[in-house]
Amino acid sequence: MSWNTFATVAETKRALDEKKVSAVELAEHYLARADVLNPTLNAYITLDREKTLAEAKLADARRTSGDTAPLLGVPIAHKDIYLIDGWRTTCGSRMLENFVAPYTSTVVANMAAAGMVTLGKLNMDEFAMGSSNETSYFGTVKNPWDLSRVPGGSSGGSAAAVAAGLSPASTGTDTGGSIRQPAMFCNLTGLKPTYGVCSRFGIIAFASSLDQAGPFAQTAEDCALLLNAMAGFDPHDATSLDRPREDYSRDLARPLAGLRIGLPKEFFGEGVAPDIAKAVEAALDVYRKLGATTVEISLPNVKYSVPAYYVVAPAEASSNLSRYDGVRFGHRAEQYDDLLDMYKKSRAEGFGAEVKRRILIGTYVLSHGYYDAYYLQAGKLRRLIAEDFKRAYEVCDLVMGPTAPESAFQFGAKSDDPVKMYLNDIFTICANLTGQPAMSHPCGTDDNGQHVGMHVIGNYLDEARMLNAAHQFQLATDWHKRHPSI
Amino acid sequence: MSLTTQDIERIAHLARIAVTPADVADVQAKLTGIFKLIDEMQSVNTHGVEPMSHGLDMVLRLRDDVVTEVNQRDKFQKNAPAAADGYYLVPRVIE
Repeated sequence: MSWNTFATVAETKRALDEKKVSAVELAEHYLARADVLNPTLNAYITLDREKTLAEAKLADARRTSGDTAPLLGVPIAHKDIYLIDGWRTTCGSRMLENFVAPYTSTVVANMAAAGMVTLGKLNMDEFAMGSSNETSYFGTVKNPWDLSRVPGGSSGGSAAAVAAGLSPASTGTDTGGSIRQPAMFCNLTGLKPTYGVCSRFGIIAFASSLDQAGPFAQTAEDCALLLNAMAGFDPHDATSLDRPREDYSRDLARPLAGLRIGLPKEFFGEGVAPDIAKAVEAALDVYRKLGATTVEISLPNVKYSVPAYYVVAPAEASSNLSRYDGVRFGHRAEQYDDLLDMYKKSRAEGFGAEVKRRILIGTYVLSHGYYDAYYLQAGKLRRLIAEDFKRAYEVCDLVMGPTAPESAFQFGAKSDDPVKMYLNDIFTICANLTGQPAMSHPCGTDDNGQHVGMHVIGNYLDEARMLNAAHQFQLATDWHKRHPSI
Repeated sequence: MSLTTQDIERIAHLARIAVTPADVADVQAKLTGIFKLIDEMQSVNTHGVEPMSHGLDMVLRLRDDVVTEVNQRDKFQKNAPAAADGYYLVPRVIE
């Protein structure tokens, strides 16, 4: 069988529906490609051929018995933060090196119900803390476009796998930009839905008020099909939105005439590399040609996103990660004096440097006497940032700008300076603090030939409109059709 | 704000993370840099602003107070570093 390894989800679905290919053939194809490329890219932490083929056989059997699930037999790879019953789930950490998930996350269960076949578990920054995939205990992931550069993070494996044609699509999670920034670095389309659209149940928690699941794919159309499968109310998640299912692909074909795009002056100022700004400007011209209008807006409080985030995210992480104590699961030190010493040594050995830093920051800001100055102040800034956006939506429908201030960087360029690394998420973090949906789609290259992403932020639950805009852009351009020669 | 060596040791104790004297200086330097970034938000006047934790201002749902889970103790304990007879084993805490 010859199979185009860069087939989109929509094309793969069509080929399956027309019986041109079987789920087993697809699984075999992508597993064989992973055998060849994964030793170089390190995108997967865990592959389990038997489990994948069993799922593929089941998908083919479902089809034979008349099942018409929408993505029946389409392969998917999951970030190693999603629990899948019986699969090792490491979260990129030594702490969970040998942890076998005892149940399945709702998002993965939803995708399995839609017929998707799990190819494997993807590498990531440890506990999703990082912007370059350099904090993974299981080693760095290479950017398939340039092996000397990072794929972005924290969902670095998710981006590299799809960009390299190891899977037609993948899942990621986005707490501060962890889907959108790697989507830009690897020339993909990635979407972080509105907080509460995808269940967090069975996704290893980092910062619970910010974490959200979302898809990586080559196109906006694919992201719509994937989100249709991922989203839905889940009584197991206390912050899941209880609302009817929607078809995120329903508006894809709508013309963009009349669409109002807000351009925050804060996203186009100093700090953005000039060649990135140029690529974004050229892409905005495409949107204008498609009938959209642009209007300058201001989000005066958005500059406090990064400081507020580095209070909220570490505070919630320090609380969430207190469960790793070497007792019920996870790493336990070999040598210790007593119970307290066992906790301390197990955590010191099981967590990497960045995770420990964030736990320490979070512990400090939540410690006695500091709550008002830090967590409460950050919560108030979230409100002010959300109000900035609320005012913006009086004059525009979507907000756009560059996804990141600079493109994929070399390994080691920022790994010794956490603040430098954190500032790479300067444009993406605001959408996590407010809970709004946001996505990145390919829109050009910089002077080094590295990819530039258009960041599209929407009002709450406006995913269909964002996907519509990105899809129309992709009908008029071919940036998203470029693949690395690997 | 600058953190002292004693601050780092106190936070590390609260977080139950062992730090060696060799670690402390590096952690101290990096955390001081991060807090310089964080402290940019202290200049904002937020008097009277209601803090936000969820964009859609939802309220927590209640559910019926009934048992919904089945007993999977043995399955869960397979991930334990040390377990026996259905118990998690830890160093002796009561003499």
